[in-house]
Amino acid sequence: MRTQENRLGAGRRAKMAAAMRVVAAGARLSVVVSGLRAAVRGLCSQPVSVHERIENKRSAALVGGGQRRIDAQHKRGKLTARERISLLLDPGSFVESDMFVEHRCADFGMAAEKNKFPGDSVVTGRGRINGRLVYVFSQDFTVFGGSLSGAHAQKICKIMDQAMTVGAPVIGLNDSGGARIQEGVESLAGYADIFLDTSYLFITGPDVVKSVTNEDVTQEELGGARTHTTMSGVAHRAFENDVDALCNLREFFNYLPLSNQDPAPICECHDPSDRMVPELDTIVPLESTKAYNMVDIIHSVVDEREFFEIMPNYAKNIIVGFARMNGRTVGIVGNQPKVASGCLDINSSVKGARFVRFCDAFNIPLITFVDVPGFLPGTAQEYGGIIRHGAKLLYAFAEATVPKVTVITRKAYGGAYDVMSSKHLCGDINYAWPTAEIAVMGAKGAVEIIFKGHKDVAAAQAEYIEKFANPFPAAVRGFVDDIIQPSSTRARICRDLDVLASKKVQRPWRKHANIPL
Amino acid sequence: MAGLWVGMAALVAAGRRERRWLQPLMRSAALWTLKYVPHYSRQHLMVTRSFCSAGYDSNEKTFDKILIANRGEIACRVIKTCKKMGIKTVAIHSDVDASSVHVKMADEAVCVGPAPTSKSYLNMDAIMEAIKKTRAQAVHPGYGFLSENKEFAKCLDADEAVRIAREIGYPVMIKASAGGGGKGMRIAWDDEETRDGFRFSSQEAASSFGDDRLLIEKFIDNPRHIEIQVLGDKHGNALWLNERECSIQRRNQKVVEEAPSIFLDSKTRRAMGEQAVALAKAVKYSSAGTVEFLVDSKKNFYFLEMNTRLQVEHPVTECITGLDLVQEMIRVAKGYPLRHRQADIPINGWAVECRVYAEDPYKSFGLPSIGRLSQYQEPIHLPGVRVDSGIQPGSDISIYYDPMISKLITYGSDRTEALKRMEDALDNYVIRGVTHNIALLREVIINSRFIEGDISTKFLSDVYPDGFKGHKLTENERNQLLAIASSLFVAFQLRAQHFQEHENSRVPIIKPQVANWELSIKLHDEVHTVIASNSGPTTFSVEVDGSKLNVTSTWNLASPLLSVSVDGIQRTIQCLSREAGGNMSIQFLGTVVAEGQEICVIEAMKMQNSMTAGKTGKVKSVHCKAGDTVGEGDLLVELE
Repeated sequence: MRTQENRLGAGRRAKMAAAMRVVAAGARLSVVVSGLRAAVRGLCSQPVSVHERIENKRSAALVGGGQRRIDAQHKRGKLTARERISLLLDPGSFVESDMFVEHRCADFGMAAEKNKFPGDSVVTGRGRINGRLVYVFSQDFTVFGGSLSGAHAQKICKIMDQAMTVGAPVIGLNDSGGARIQEGVESLAGYADIFLDTSYLFITGPDVVKSVTNEDVTQEELGGARTHTTMSGVAHRAFENDVDALCNLREFFNYLPLSNQDPAPICECHDPSDRMVPELDTIVPLESTKAYNMVDIIHSVVDEREFFEIMPNYAKNIIVGFARMNGRTVGIVGNQPKVASGCLDINSSVKGARFVRFCDAFNIPLITFVDVPGFLPGTAQEYGGIIRHGAKLLYAFAEATVPKVTVITRKAYGGAYDVMSSKHLCGDINYAWPTAEIAVMGAKGAVEIIFKGHKDVAAAQAEYIEKFANPFPAAVRGFVDDIIQPSSTRARICRDLDVLASKKVQRPWRKHANIPL
Repeated sequence: MAGLWVGMAALVAAGRRERRWLQPLMRSAALWTLKYVPHYSRQHLMVTRSFCSAGYDSNEKTFDKILIANRGEIACRVIKTCKKMGIKTVAIHSDVDASSVHVKMADEAVCVGPAPTSKSYLNMDAIMEAIKKTRAQAVHPGYGFLSENKEFAKCLDADEAVRIAREIGYPVMIKASAGGGGKGMRIAWDDEETRDGFRFSSQEAASSFGDDRLLIEKFIDNPRHIEIQVLGDKHGNALWLNERECSIQRRNQKVVEEAPSIFLDSKTRRAMGEQAVALAKAVKYSSAGTVEFLVDSKKNFYFLEMNTRLQVEHPVTECITGLDLVQEMIRVAKGYPLRHRQADIPINGWAVECRVYAEDPYKSFGLPSIGRLSQYQEPIHLPGVRVDSGIQPGSDISIYYDPMISKLITYGSDRTEALKRMEDALDNYVIRGVTHNIALLREVIINSRFIEGDISTKFLSDVYPDGFKGHKLTENERNQLLAIASSLFVAFQLRAQHFQEHENSRVPIIKPQVANWELSIKLHDEVHTVIASNSGPTTFSVEVDGSKLNVTSTWNLASPLLSVSVDGIQRTIQCLSREAGGNMSIQFLGTVVAEGQEICVIEAMKMQNSMTAGKTGKVKSVHCKAGDTVGEGDLLVELE
């Protein structure tokens, strides 16, 4: 002990003292029964030094629920909590906290030493991703199935509080059997990721579902990755495996600011900001009913064709995701003409609204590509409250104070036009391509109403197209700022974002905004 | 080889049968331009439609306006020469081609119908209308479409010949029993050719020998396809502009062509040239044309056919002779005599042409693929490179037309230089969005048999009896690839740590200090251990399976092309895709190393603690536990 004291610098004494307290507690418990083999051997055979006991506890913490359970975890194709952290963070940057915390439950024999695990069922601490600070917790399935104990919750809350005080994000890697923890899934400010084939997420499991609603459903069907990324919209991305997910998480992290007080990081960019994109001049088909892939436009415009799409398999008629323009993070929203003609419906409106608010919350400029023929008609949509849900997207765009650049590539009809970051929702810069048609509705529908019973429908339709199916009516009213050559889109947006970087909007004080939920 | 003349005459006669189809156009063209009515041969008809004449040389007055009845690269090619000669151009196009390159290049454009060729580019009424409307004085048909011989009348008594030919097995030689020296001799590769051959040979045999009995025997020699470019005028002059070697073919379609041929000596060349000229003169041919021959290993040559149009592969001839064939066609059509004498026609250097197709070379040496060229960049920044194309970034390769992307021509002082330039040009060609045949082209031109000139029309099936499988990496090349891939991966990782204006960051950035990057790269299902480290601002020192390589580049990660030097050897690679999880697909030595093709899968997975995982593999077992000291090369994670 003494030699150790000598070796330790004075500055570390306080820490040592803290460690001592824990060790003392451990000693008390050790009287009851043996804990982990290593620790037990040390405790039972002969009195051990505090230093040894610290080491014993540490090494016990490192193996979590023990090798057998680690093997079981690996057999399921999953990594352990610590392996995940080491993949997620920069090498050697992880600083762990609360390695010695143990649960305090005494019921059902839980107080037995064999049921105590240093660190309990979650690993917490802080580290760096590409040099940037992040707090992280990773639930350890090998310890009581990662379930949430009081100590477990306390550990998470502790790093959350610390993160709050320094203004850094928290990433949660959830792997827990406990139902309550699912509420906390939306860590990293809205980004949830679950792993294909190995992950399930539900409020009540298949057994409960069977007893209540008499539905037969498997875990995968009820709450698997596919369900949550395609049907429920609960998860935002699914990945092949842990490694793929964690690597993508690192990439995603680079798009985001550390907090809402910080600007998004500006990355080194090798893609010239004034690059012309000739392939865009021919991308919109001549027939206005023919589909094209909006993702192609996004890839061509953004830096290095890199687009980190969020919810790529849910409500595919709208595309949302992150990219960079001249190194600066932007949020992209686009209608997808390939799916349901790019119509807005309930799910796509909510998906879009959520994303727009996320970007606004974290100072990320919004770029919106518009090709929308309107809201999806039908009783299903109306009964489902399309007006209410469509209003969310409208509200989100109107409320957003980040720079907003809008490009109308083709159709911009009716109310859906308004919703898609139009000038009327205070879009900063609104462009139209020469192929843009900004009108109340398509020629066919409009003619049926205006010229009801008219003999020469074709002529009427032609007249309507001539008058409205082009960018001029909007341009002469100033609803679009300019009609631009598609190939110049990237250069124009980069230039605009430079100017808009200093945009400031003052809103009157209010407790919180009242989005139509 | 008087037989050639006869053969040609037969061809002319055959051509005449379809004149019914072409006559309206002919009359129309005459209406605007021509004082004479070419009534006796298809060749003349073509000539009439092909040109114009106005003045490039101000003393030579030619047409004011030409309509180009074609699309794609050949339309662009013709328009280029017209522009040079100060002639206005009219493009025709289908609906889907409205914004294509040839339309943009032309002074005027007329839509002649919807996408299918029968309704647009072969729509005679619409094209006639376009000629009238635009007052074009002449028409250039390019190749294909209107320029093509459609079909010959079938001959009933040829059925017997077909039956015999089938029994023997193709290819067969059909020759006059009384003849010799190539007279009345035909080689047939299928039923249709047998019928034609039978008819022509018996006609030839009858007229030459008074005996139309024929022999059909197996054609066994490894033939080469060599053709002579000829150029004739309306004053009875004709020139031969040397040969083109077109033996590399698949499904009877040429893939790689070159001029001159490595196989011909000057004596054979002269003999072939003189006979081709004699043929052209005999039929009073006045334009650019091609006389095709098969040449056996003893340099005996056999007339195949004469093409009375501009050939796809004409650029290689232009490269070595310095002539602009389209310009000469136009001059001749206007009635000017040839400007050159035979003695003036040089062979300067060597030229190679590769036909770059949107097709999958791994399936029968090329099954057409379609799609949109999301990125497209021609290697015209390199010396000695010519690209004839009619597309641009964003163009669609559609089901309606030929899937040719371009003709890539390289030119050098000798064959070696031309081929080296072709290698570089293929590596520097950026084509994204459609499957392409660059891999096959590059393999052909570096194949030792090709380099030695040991080629025949069966080259591809001989060299790749089990189909084309892509470039097979040597150990050295494999190490280079691994070194490049890992350097690229590390370059991406390092750049992800570079933030601008971070010095003002509220929370300071602490860059991770990694001296050595231990990577695990999976290639062809083999996992390689690679250690990369920075040894300079742009250089990585990479240890691959025990051997050390230095990799230097600018590491411009936005450019589709990356020039890399590996131990002093210059390579141009293309990184086609990169995923956060470590999967990359790289085009290296022409072949794409990527997932999805059985050839090879590269999964560059670094991880600080040396974990490795493939994109689609499930983590099966992990052989280490946290806190363990991990040694290099230890098996850490196993994938299913």
